[in-house]
Amino acid sequence: MMQKLFAAAVFAAVALAPNFAAAAEEGVKLDPAPIDVANRASVQAGARTFVNYCLGCHSLSLVRYNSLTQIGLSEEQIKDNLLFAGDKVGDPMASAMTKKDGKVWFGTAPPDLSVIGRSRGADWLYTYLRGFYRDPTTQTGWNNVAFPNVGMPHVMWRLQGERSLVKPEAGKDGHAAAGAAPKFVQMSAGTQTANEFDATVRDLVAFLAWASDPTQLKRKQIGVIVLLALTLLAFVSWLLYKEYWKDVH
Amino acid sequence: MAEAKAPAYDNASALGRALNWVDERFPLTVLWKSQVAEYYAPKNFNFWYFFGSLALLVLVNQIVTGIFLTMNYKPDATLAFASVEYIMREVPWGWLIRYMHSTGASAFFIVVYLHMLRGIMYGSYRKPRELTWLFGVGIFLTLMGEAFFGYLLPWGQMSFWGAQVIVNLFGAIPVIGPDLAVWIRGDYVVSDATLNRFFALHVIAFPLVLIGLVAAHLIALHETGSNNPDGVEIKKIKDPKTGHPKDGIPFHPYYTVKDIFGAAIFLILFSVILFFAPELGGYFLEHNNFIPADPLKTPPHIAPVWYFTPFYSILRATTEAVIPILAVAVVVLAVMTVLTIRSKTWKMIVLGGAAVAIVGLFTLDAKLWGVVLMGVSVLAFAALPWLDRSPVKSIRYKGPIFKTMLALFILSFLVLGYLGILPPTPGRTLVAQVFMFVYFAFFFLMPWYSAMDSWKPVPERVTG
Repeated sequence: MMQKLFAAAVFAAVALAPNFAAAAEEGVKLDPAPIDVANRASVQAGARTFVNYCLGCHSLSLVRYNSLTQIGLSEEQIKDNLLFAGDKVGDPMASAMTKKDGKVWFGTAPPDLSVIGRSRGADWLYTYLRGFYRDPTTQTGWNNVAFPNVGMPHVMWRLQGERSLVKPEAGKDGHAAAGAAPKFVQMSAGTQTANEFDATVRDLVAFLAWASDPTQLKRKQIGVIVLLALTLLAFVSWLLYKEYWKDVH
Repeated sequence: MAEAKAPAYDNASALGRALNWVDERFPLTVLWKSQVAEYYAPKNFNFWYFFGSLALLVLVNQIVTGIFLTMNYKPDATLAFASVEYIMREVPWGWLIRYMHSTGASAFFIVVYLHMLRGIMYGSYRKPRELTWLFGVGIFLTLMGEAFFGYLLPWGQMSFWGAQVIVNLFGAIPVIGPDLAVWIRGDYVVSDATLNRFFALHVIAFPLVLIGLVAAHLIALHETGSNNPDGVEIKKIKDPKTGHPKDGIPFHPYYTVKDIFGAAIFLILFSVILFFAPELGGYFLEHNNFIPADPLKTPPHIAPVWYFTPFYSILRATTEAVIPILAVAVVVLAVMTVLTIRSKTWKMIVLGGAAVAIVGLFTLDAKLWGVVLMGVSVLAFAALPWLDRSPVKSIRYKGPIFKTMLALFILSFLVLGYLGILPPTPGRTLVAQVFMFVYFAFFFLMPWYSAMDSWKPVPERVTG
């Protein structure tokens, strides 16, 4: 009875408190990123996209090139396809751009992306990288629905093509409906279809999610073994407990 | 001390001779028997009694993993963040050690909160166990400090700004506040100097205090004997033949085997989080803490880790608007106290204290009172042995008023904790203010509601 009353009280308090459900995040609704970090082909494709499009400005300073062997690439493949001239395979994936230059060129130095998958989360990255549109009012000519007035231009625009944002219709109270999905109009075609571009971004985000926590797959494998061992321990210690407690009355 | 006593072990075996040799020089067998093998604990411990031994297990986990973390961690503002990631990526099994430590921090608070709730439910703080309880409150305070210092070490945005917010609280103290805050930080902002001293406090000063208090907690407990879910003193009824309590069983082997089973279940739950969700959705490891500390970029929303949020909510809820209500509460409490107690000296002290508090409430900044109330919300636990005036210890024999107040207290703790995670809105602040008063009512109205509440007679023996 007490427990039921208590549960009801908790429920009432939570339900009555205003805006409890509304999360701290404001702005655009995030698209769930359909990533699979265990899919090596996807993560490898993401690594290629990262080296080609991102590494010019963004470092991945906590990731060594040869740690990419963990996603199934051989050192030869890494040397032949991903290394910049002069880099060694044991070097960290560092951008050649200095912080100072980055600050001058973009207003803010492009951040290191080693743990961006954990600070921003995969869904935000997936939404952000697919959220660029043409905006003549900004310095770069680009803007982003997930990160308004971002200093970064649309690096992959040749793939996606140029788009413009349809201004959201104002609701009854004069404000745009919060959480509504933004609408884009394609201005010029890219080399990839919309679905192909989504897949490219998905793979890139999968790579960043892997790079944020490279031990995650191994961790889960070990976790299964640990849980099996602990279950055995729990069972044996339960038998021991029951055996000893037989004579406690 | 034992010159006339016969050796406890058979001198024929090498082990027996070795133990006898030790016993002549150190009370090994005496200690083992008095503290473990012949320490009689009530036989009716239930689920809630696992959390004491689990807290000890987590303490050992934190110390052992902490030692290994210090081998690769760099307490340097320019290196700290990367050194933690170095542990996670390059040090063999470093990720496991680090996640054991970070998950252990949250687990520590979970088991300690449940352990404290057990004490409140069964009246374990009541006479003669007041000192056990006070040492426990000391452990809780030290643990909060330990967790606070440790949270700065990864040097992420939440580490930095959380420390900044908490140290700035000391700045609210009149006259000495600003200088005190600088003294704590060792700088005008949280900086390398702060990181270095927090590291020192986290890895040596506070763990030493913690271990000392845990020892005192256990020594005091073993002096009085454990309480139990019935709140019955098992020492009152002893078997005349053996001299042992009839409702007691030796801690070893009965509770050692039971606690091993409890530890195994705990480790399963612990491992599920550690291996499959070490961030636990941002509650155990906050997302923003994966951004290196940046003194020039204040995050829009600074949330402490979940285990501090009930108290943080009370800090935030203390706005100008609640000051008059607080003043009324102080007056009401003072009048009720004066009408209840007999000592004239104490009446004067209570009235004088209330008068000072009223003047202070209307002259000093509300921010300071937030800090004071946050401190009171933690320290109030220490007063419980003297606030509870019920003739019975255990909730099993207490009346509906106590049960309702405890349920409301748990509810307010949870709601305040939840609100402390979220950024404030006017509506949320109002809810927090209401539950803040509920939280304090549990403690400060206890002398009256616990005395007027009904109660059931307590049996002679434990009921199992």
